[in-house]
Amino acid sequence: MPCVLVPNTWLMPEMKKITQLPLKVSDLCFSVHKKQLLGDFNLHLDSQGVTAVMGPNGAGKSLLIRLLHGLLEPDSGIVEWNGKSLELAVRQAQAMVFQKPVLLRRSVAANIDFVLDNCVIKGNKSCRDILQEAGLYERRMQPARLLSGGEQQRLALARALATSPQILFLDEPTASIDPSATRQIEHWLAQVSDNGVKLILVTHDIGQARRLASDVIFMHRGRLSEHTPAKQFFEEPRSREAQAYLRGELVI
Amino acid sequence: MQDFSSSFALAFALIGGLDADLLEIIGLSLRVSLIAVIIAAIIGFPLGASIAVIRFPGRQAVDILLNALMGLPPVVVGLLVYMMISRAGPLGWLNILYSPTAMIIAQVILIVPIVAALTRQTIEDLHREYDEQFRSFCLPMNRVIPILIWDARYSLLTVVLAGFGRAIAEVGAVIIVGGNINHLTRMMTTSIALETSKGNLALALALGLVLMLLSLTINALVYALRASAKHLAYA
Ligand SMILES: Nc1ncnc2c1ncn2[C@@H]1O[C@H](COP(=O)(O)OP(=O)(O)OP(=O)(O)O)[C@@H](O)[C@H]1O
Ligand SMILES: [Mg+2]
Repeated sequence: MPCVLVPNTWLMPEMKKITQLPLKVSDLCFSVHKKQLLGDFNLHLDSQGVTAVMGPNGAGKSLLIRLLHGLLEPDSGIVEWNGKSLELAVRQAQAMVFQKPVLLRRSVAANIDFVLDNCVIKGNKSCRDILQEAGLYERRMQPARLLSGGEQQRLALARALATSPQILFLDEPTASIDPSATRQIEHWLAQVSDNGVKLILVTHDIGQARRLASDVIFMHRGRLSEHTPAKQFFEEPRSREAQAYLRGELVI
Repeated sequence: MQDFSSSFALAFALIGGLDADLLEIIGLSLRVSLIAVIIAAIIGFPLGASIAVIRFPGRQAVDILLNALMGLPPVVVGLLVYMMISRAGPLGWLNILYSPTAMIIAQVILIVPIVAALTRQTIEDLHREYDEQFRSFCLPMNRVIPILIWDARYSLLTVVLAGFGRAIAEVGAVIIVGGNINHLTRMMTTSIALETSKGNLALALALGLVLMLLSLTINALVYALRASAKHLAYA
């Protein structure tokens, strides 16, 4: 039988429009105990694809996506998703996968049912479909916190996707995962992105950013060094910090 | 006055022969303390969880009060409940002095602070772990508390057992409000106190042995619960 390769978008006809874009960030500042951790941050984000957030440890990447998702309150500045502030309806259409997955003390399936029962917005997939897509259906009865690191990360991702987000934040989703599992997750993410979910991905993996990202936000010491299309970023980054980082030389 | 070894022999005979008085006393003790601990959990879980999760004005005061109440001497609780429900007291019309109900009330007052304070600790730790994820899910606060209580179920069961252990072993409060009336309000602890002072060491000793066995069982249960929770990674 001839094998026909079909682009993912054909299989998933309900390609959603991302009504939350563009994202506009103006003069965002965040500090703890008078120490400024993020300052004078300005950003305009309109691309549908994957946006990678890169920078050395402690640059403020995790803080940035928390601020964009409304988990942290800025000292000053504005975050606007298509002209709207971070009101409930905006936040309900977003999801985040944390660097260390936060799984409930319940079975794998119960972790998915949890969002299907409790979140206002959700997709039309059943728990079974969701777990099959994540390759975790056979493990559905098992306590979620006994899954391996990679499986936990997949469950957290599947659970986030069950809330049918327009915007999905991912904080180093493959940081502690072996190369083949990493590729598996990347493949999945690419598919998710093709289905019309805006991904904002924090990563230290330059290869991963090259494979997935359409644009790159580079941060250093709580400030935006540059925001450039991916191709340009990897070929000739504008900022000295990014140049040094890509050479493997930049430290905090 | 019986001598030491014959007291033991008599005590074992009472237990072995399933002495009717003995069983009645044990049954009442278990019933009163079980009901008390269930009521204490119904009050203490949401109370402790609310203090752990909700930032309301006066939260710290409630917290300090709770910790102070934890160390409340049982006889003082007994005295206060007595004053409330004795004929001259504001609740005298209820007519519950020297009844199992009075003992349940006293025990509830004794263990609610314990259950609430331990619940607060447990839920606070869990909340710290879940908080950002729950805010990301946009869960409303009224859902968060029952969810946290459910996810802390193993730890909270051990909290309940701790409360039960304290209730069943307590004497000061129930003796004041219960009065140790034969066939009505004789608990294990109150019987031990009174039988000993009357010189009837055998019954006292038999009850003492049963109490010890109970406390051992409770500890074993706590241990088993912790182990299975850890095993399932639900701890
Ligand atoms: N609650 C806090 N209180 C004080 N300092 C904080 C707090 N949260 C973050 N920081 C500091 O802010 C800086 C940025 O933190 P952030 O977690 O955003 O870094 P990151 O870019 O995500 O780093 P990594 O790549 O290691 O994850 C760090 O120096 C961190 O120590
Ligand atoms: Mg980080």
